[in-house]
Amino acid sequence: MRSLIQAAIAILVVCALLFFAVDRLESAGSAGSKDTITVYNWGEYIDPDLLNQFTEETGIKVIYETFDSNEAMMTKVEQGGSAYDVAVPSEYMVEMMKEKDLLLPIDHSKLPNFKNIDPYFLDLAFDPGNKYSIPYFWGTVGVVFNPSIVGDHLTFKSWEDLWDPSLKGKVFLVDGAREVMGMGLNSLGESLNAKDDALLRSATEKLTSLSPNIKAIIGDEITPLMINNEASVALIWSGQAADMLWENEDLDFAVPEEGSNLWFDNFVIPKTAANIDGAHAFINFMLDAEISAQNNDYVGYSTPNAAAMELMDPEVIEDERFYPNEELRAKLEVYENLGLEWLGKYNEQFLKFKMSIR
Amino acid sequence: MFNKASKGSLFPYTIWIALFVIAPIVLIVYYSMLDLNGNFTLNNYQTFFSSVYLKMTLTSFWYAFLITLFTLLFAYPTAFLLTKTKHKHLWLMLIIIPSWINLLLKTYAFIGIFGLYGPINAFLEVFGLDAQQVLFTDFSFIFVSVYIFIPFMIIPIFNSLDKLNPTLVYAARDLGASSFTTFRRVIFPLTIDGVKSGIQVTFIPALSLFMITRLIAGNKVITLGTAIEQQFLVSQNWGMGSTIAVFLIIIMVIIMLLTGQKKGGRAQ
Amino acid sequence: MKKLSTASKVYLLLVFVVLYAPIFYLIFYSFNSGGSMNNFESFTFEHYKAVFEDSRLIVILINTVIVALLSGLIATIIGTLGAIGIVSIKDKKMRKTLLSLNNVLIVSPDVVIGASFLILFTMIGVKLGFTSVLVSHVAFSIPIVVLMVLPKLLEMNTSLIDAARDLGASKRDVLTRVILPYIQPGIFAGFFLALTYSLDDFAVTFFVTGNGFSTLSIEIYSMARAGISLTVNAISGLVFFVTILVVIGYYFVTNRAKRVNEEVQR
Repeated sequence: MRSLIQAAIAILVVCALLFFAVDRLESAGSAGSKDTITVYNWGEYIDPDLLNQFTEETGIKVIYETFDSNEAMMTKVEQGGSAYDVAVPSEYMVEMMKEKDLLLPIDHSKLPNFKNIDPYFLDLAFDPGNKYSIPYFWGTVGVVFNPSIVGDHLTFKSWEDLWDPSLKGKVFLVDGAREVMGMGLNSLGESLNAKDDALLRSATEKLTSLSPNIKAIIGDEITPLMINNEASVALIWSGQAADMLWENEDLDFAVPEEGSNLWFDNFVIPKTAANIDGAHAFINFMLDAEISAQNNDYVGYSTPNAAAMELMDPEVIEDERFYPNEELRAKLEVYENLGLEWLGKYNEQFLKFKMSIR
Repeated sequence: MFNKASKGSLFPYTIWIALFVIAPIVLIVYYSMLDLNGNFTLNNYQTFFSSVYLKMTLTSFWYAFLITLFTLLFAYPTAFLLTKTKHKHLWLMLIIIPSWINLLLKTYAFIGIFGLYGPINAFLEVFGLDAQQVLFTDFSFIFVSVYIFIPFMIIPIFNSLDKLNPTLVYAARDLGASSFTTFRRVIFPLTIDGVKSGIQVTFIPALSLFMITRLIAGNKVITLGTAIEQQFLVSQNWGMGSTIAVFLIIIMVIIMLLTGQKKGGRAQ
Repeated sequence: MKKLSTASKVYLLLVFVVLYAPIFYLIFYSFNSGGSMNNFESFTFEHYKAVFEDSRLIVILINTVIVALLSGLIATIIGTLGAIGIVSIKDKKMRKTLLSLNNVLIVSPDVVIGASFLILFTMIGVKLGFTSVLVSHVAFSIPIVVLMVLPKLLEMNTSLIDAARDLGASKRDVLTRVILPYIQPGIFAGFFLALTYSLDDFAVTFFVTGNGFSTLSIEIYSMARAGISLTVNAISGLVFFVTILVVIGYYFVTNRAKRVNEEVQR
């Protein structure tokens, strides 16, 4: 009995000490600033130095919280209970949040740096007039491959190359219903936003014939695995592909010409915002050419910020694999919000396909 | 003769059950009867009885069974031998500590270890063997699952072995029982409560494993847990996700009723 | 006590090697000057330096530890009392029902628990943050404590309690002098495994946290998309070594104290 009580007291003492330590650390960080904003973003998706710089310039302290999926983020915003001032959803989620009335309109007069963004990336179907969202990073879906292993005959200029018999058990697919089903539809020459049961079924059939080539269907772990040459081909977003190519120089990236997906991650101001002016100040700060260039350097994804691109290494921005020319861009499609019913159908077909690989 | 006063000790526990068990169950059952538009429906239950989900239920059971079996097979001897070491409590602590390091990190480490160019294959190559595909196989999946659950199995078994009266064992041996008979007739029956506890905390959560089905098994194993996760977070179909969760709970209750302590316990 | 045979020692050694292999793998790469857990480039301490320069990460780490310790402690108290209560129930059906309810949170996937707790908290109007996270961790740790304490209670010899009662011990004395000391190993086991549950949890914490409160798990999972930084490896390595040192240190100090005590008593 005595040892139980002793242990309990020891735990309480340790906790009290730790509380004290946290208190000291936090008060040291927020010295002299009463203004705060909460930024809700993916992990490692911003240069942390910039957060401090923002606080120095504006006196607004940034509370930085992270999420790991669009849907989980939306659930949090929808339920409320926490004040998020800026969030970074992907484009289909912007549309969904808009429909659910979870976003506040953005006041463009408070964003003088908005002019820095390449007009090509503005006024898109998911948010006409950029009323609710400001593009942060963009990219495509394509194929990362290792030319020294797969051989010269496969260039992945076409999705058909994935079906090549020499790739038996060598292909990773990313674990996303829209990405994989979209690839199946694209490979049939159809739109990746198709709302047609028969088309979805034939896409699933087409995908099932890919089964022998599939090594695994996984998520973000593709990055370390491809860097290690665990598989020679992977269907993946261009952002992750850039990371892989950075780490493993043998790898190459291609976006097949039948068409693929064009995605955007965007700043939005959720309904939960408590400091709307602060949120605008933060977005404007991130759109600044120099700041954006520094951030792009850190994150390594493709930027829509034209003014920042002029400050960046020309080698990076002239790389057509990650900054495709207009001709290829014209073939890319942005995901439309299909509605929950069709989203369910895509997932159902994807599940069927997953259960067919063994 | 746990006196009546000890019933008072149930008070905070019942509050916990009411708030964090009953209330969520009510919520889940409620959601399971909603369709995508929030209207009342029983379609979700009908969908569950389609071949896809029944197959998934069987898969989940089969893998949970295998995981529990192997965990027990490795945990029992470990617990047994640990009770015989000099600093047994220290060693037991050292079994628990690895489970305090973040699971996702450890899983990434396993991806590296099992990889084609990882230490396991490097080791095989020393013996002139070709690199083997270890990752994304049933083997790696069960291995990592056993890794996750083994402390949960070792501890209750260790605790019931630890206080085992050695004189009982000596008596059995003096009466001419072989080691095996002693184990089967004396030691094992006395540790059965610990084993049951271990099986419960392994089998039940193993039914709803999800993350490693993707990271380690590459989605080649799809369990009910994976399906729920997908329904909630990808399809945004909380109704269907809740329906599967309801079935998981029903299955668990059935298992509990089948394996519950047969003897009356010590309530008298 | 018989000495362990060589075969037994080899078996135990193997078990420990496997248990610690991924951790040493992580720590090995925390010294990698390359940015990831692939190709070891050269030795560096830069990731450890980064840990100490990142006060946000340190705050998160401390928060994680506080939540784990406090929730473990509270869950252990409630769970132990609950287990004693369950054993005192005579009605078999009632007992089985309670035990089934006990296991509901173990079988439910984290997403379900997290989502339903979130709805619960927002319904009651609890401000999301430290309190909601702590309460949730207590909630999902209680069942494991019950399951660890229960077998010890069941194998307890009732004659022990009867004897104590016959000798005139009060109900309180029976609890503190007889029952609790006997089930102590179960209580500690429950506490340590509650720590495991708390430290490992991602999904539930994600849903019920807010207002800037974060734990290490959330940081690590949300880093997955852009690549987990080796700073996390470094911080895990540090935590690991501190834990090992504390455990071994504590063990030998208390052991020595015990031995001294025993000698004095002799």
